[in-house]
Amino acid sequence: MTFIEYKALSPAEKVKYKVSEFFSRLPGLLGAFFASIGKFFKNLGLNFVAGAKGFGSRFANGDTATKVSYIVMGFGNFTRGQVGKGLVFLAAEIAYIIFMANFGLAYLNKFDTLGTVAQQQVKDPNSGRMVTVPGDNSMLILLYGTMTILITIVFIGIYIGNTKSAYECEQRIKAGKKSPTLKEEIDDLLDGKFHITMLSLPVLLISVFTILPLVFMVLIAFTNYDKAHTPPANLFKWVGLDTFRDVFKMSDGASKGYTFVELAKWTIVWAIFATFTNYIVGIILSLMINKKSIKFKTLWRTLFVITIAVPQFVSLLLMNQMLQDDGVVNVLLGYLGISPISFFNGTKLTARITVIVINMWVGVPYTILQTTGILMNIPEDLYESARIDGATPVVQFFEITLPYMLFVTTPYLIQTFVGNINNFNVIYLLTSGGPNKDASLYQAGETDILVTWLFKLTLDNNDYNTAAAVGILVFIVCATLSLITFNLSKSSRNEEEFS
Amino acid sequence: MIKSYKLSRTISDIVIYVILAVLGVIWVSPLVWLVLHSFREEGGITVPYIFPKHYTFDNYVKLFTDKETFDYPRWFLNTFVIAVFSCVISTLSILMVSYTFSRLRFKSRKTFINIGMVLGMFPGFMTMIALYYLLKAMGLTQTLPALVICYSAGAGLGFAISKGFFDTIPRALDEAATIDGATRNQIFWKIILPMSKPILVYTILTSFIGPWCDFILVRIIMGDKRDNYTVALGLQKMTDREFVQRYFKQFLAGSVIVAIPITILFLKMQNYYVEGVTAGGVKG
Repeated sequence: MTFIEYKALSPAEKVKYKVSEFFSRLPGLLGAFFASIGKFFKNLGLNFVAGAKGFGSRFANGDTATKVSYIVMGFGNFTRGQVGKGLVFLAAEIAYIIFMANFGLAYLNKFDTLGTVAQQQVKDPNSGRMVTVPGDNSMLILLYGTMTILITIVFIGIYIGNTKSAYECEQRIKAGKKSPTLKEEIDDLLDGKFHITMLSLPVLLISVFTILPLVFMVLIAFTNYDKAHTPPANLFKWVGLDTFRDVFKMSDGASKGYTFVELAKWTIVWAIFATFTNYIVGIILSLMINKKSIKFKTLWRTLFVITIAVPQFVSLLLMNQMLQDDGVVNVLLGYLGISPISFFNGTKLTARITVIVINMWVGVPYTILQTTGILMNIPEDLYESARIDGATPVVQFFEITLPYMLFVTTPYLIQTFVGNINNFNVIYLLTSGGPNKDASLYQAGETDILVTWLFKLTLDNNDYNTAAAVGILVFIVCATLSLITFNLSKSSRNEEEFS
Repeated sequence: MIKSYKLSRTISDIVIYVILAVLGVIWVSPLVWLVLHSFREEGGITVPYIFPKHYTFDNYVKLFTDKETFDYPRWFLNTFVIAVFSCVISTLSILMVSYTFSRLRFKSRKTFINIGMVLGMFPGFMTMIALYYLLKAMGLTQTLPALVICYSAGAGLGFAISKGFFDTIPRALDEAATIDGATRNQIFWKIILPMSKPILVYTILTSFIGPWCDFILVRIIMGDKRDNYTVALGLQKMTDREFVQRYFKQFLAGSVIVAIPITILFLKMQNYYVEGVTAGGVKG
């Protein structure tokens, strides 16, 4: 379609055209997304090669002081007037050596076996009593080993920075320029290199308390750390992909494979229903509240939105009590002459419908809050021309409002979808997975979604390796969905041009 | 013609009022039930009727005086202290990270942003066991600082919304300030922050509310040390099978007391929430 043809369309048709164009571009965007992942890794490799080359050529071209810096860090800076910087590098090297000698190496050595000597009960020859002789603790070896590896990676970064700095210093002196003093470098940290100052603290915190535990748990998925192999009494070891094979394996009785497939199916169904019921009902309510002739807008909005303010665990625990077999809802149904319903302990279907409906109570206010602004932005002339054409409100909703909203809020929708895949609170606090009638589910109930299963596997059953594997699988699904949205969304593409 | 149009509009308005009223009642009734029954004198968990027959303040009084099994005032204080500290650290981290990603241009910025996004997509519960052992190795388990760390250490990863907000502040302002000789540091404190009130308030309030609502990490980190529980875990403990018969009404009273300050904060925050999120999140 040419530009002029597009301009000649009526507003409603323009929106339609844009939406259909968006969806027809989707496959191409997906392709571009995967291509960009490939490019990322290619660049990573190229950078690495370039870095190694520079590392070698700096050594070959540098003078003696620069070469000494390859062994004694900071030497190049130190002898060329940058005393402070040189000392910082040297201190880093000494700290790393002390750390490795006293702590890191011992754990790194056992990292491949995760320990060989189990804890034993030995008779003490003197007293004749049984004493516990401590052996290797696989868990600590894995944790501290991972930590040592991460620290080593950081140290290598500092080390390469040191060689670069020494070489640059040499070049500057050759060119007859003065090196910046430590104070100048520190001042630069508040301006030209401000990003380093701003990011260092958050990055440190995130590395220690998010990345380290995460790497540790990902590694756990490749070991046999379960309730039969719990340190310190027992060792666990690397088992490669066995855990993943276990998660996909079908067998008689309560098998992990059956449970995984069942829960994965329900997780998807749950996420779809939870996302779209909230979305559509939320938009309809929002439209009703914002209709011009409706009065007391603030009152209506507050009625719904105030439920967000009450902490979820309070409202959900309350709902749980209210929906029990003798709870207030059944009392109410009794007044109306309806026989009581067993919401959580009845059939699988009742329990599942109940959580989806209750989730609407939780989620619709969020949609109202977030879509109000966008709804006001829909061009009024779209509706006007539709009204002139004699479209009823229902037709207007499906032909204008919904397509427009879908177009604008696709990123938000996918975010919510991912959020629902990980929606722990609603399921855990309402049903805890119940009604628990299907005996072939392994450590799970019919309303459990994958993350609540993961939680139960970890806390109630100590199946750490299976839990870690399930976590990785959930991550892969969520990450793919989110990265696609992130790359599609305008806020990422247009961040430079916005203002 | 005009008359019938008016008529149909009035009818549709009436229908909408009815729908809103009915749904509004459905949405608010659990909260009303919560407040009413927190004053209920008789019965245990449930009573076979809707409105309590006798009202009393006993449940609230007991909550603050009967501290033998459940020390509610202490939990409240714990939560408050944790919330204040983690709020300060989280807010700083989030603002620092999002300002850097939005305003500063440096090598590997995109890589950092993508890594940040990816890290945020692992299910949160995956790391809790590792986090527990890590804190144990530091000798911090069953202490309040451990919780502050848990709630605020990863906060920097939640940069998306405030980055979106910073992106909307015109870049010309930065450029003008740079020409006047301001450093990036000064631009952040003197120009960007004063202009970011909505997102600042939003970030502070969300990170302050967080610790009041979490009951999972606390459970893992505090174990059986009830003195160091937070309100959320304590209240959840009251609904455990062994306690629920006796303590359910106190649970209701305790919930009301937590909900009141959070509701007030939230209503204050609401406008900032809409302003900040719609500016930062979805751009049409």
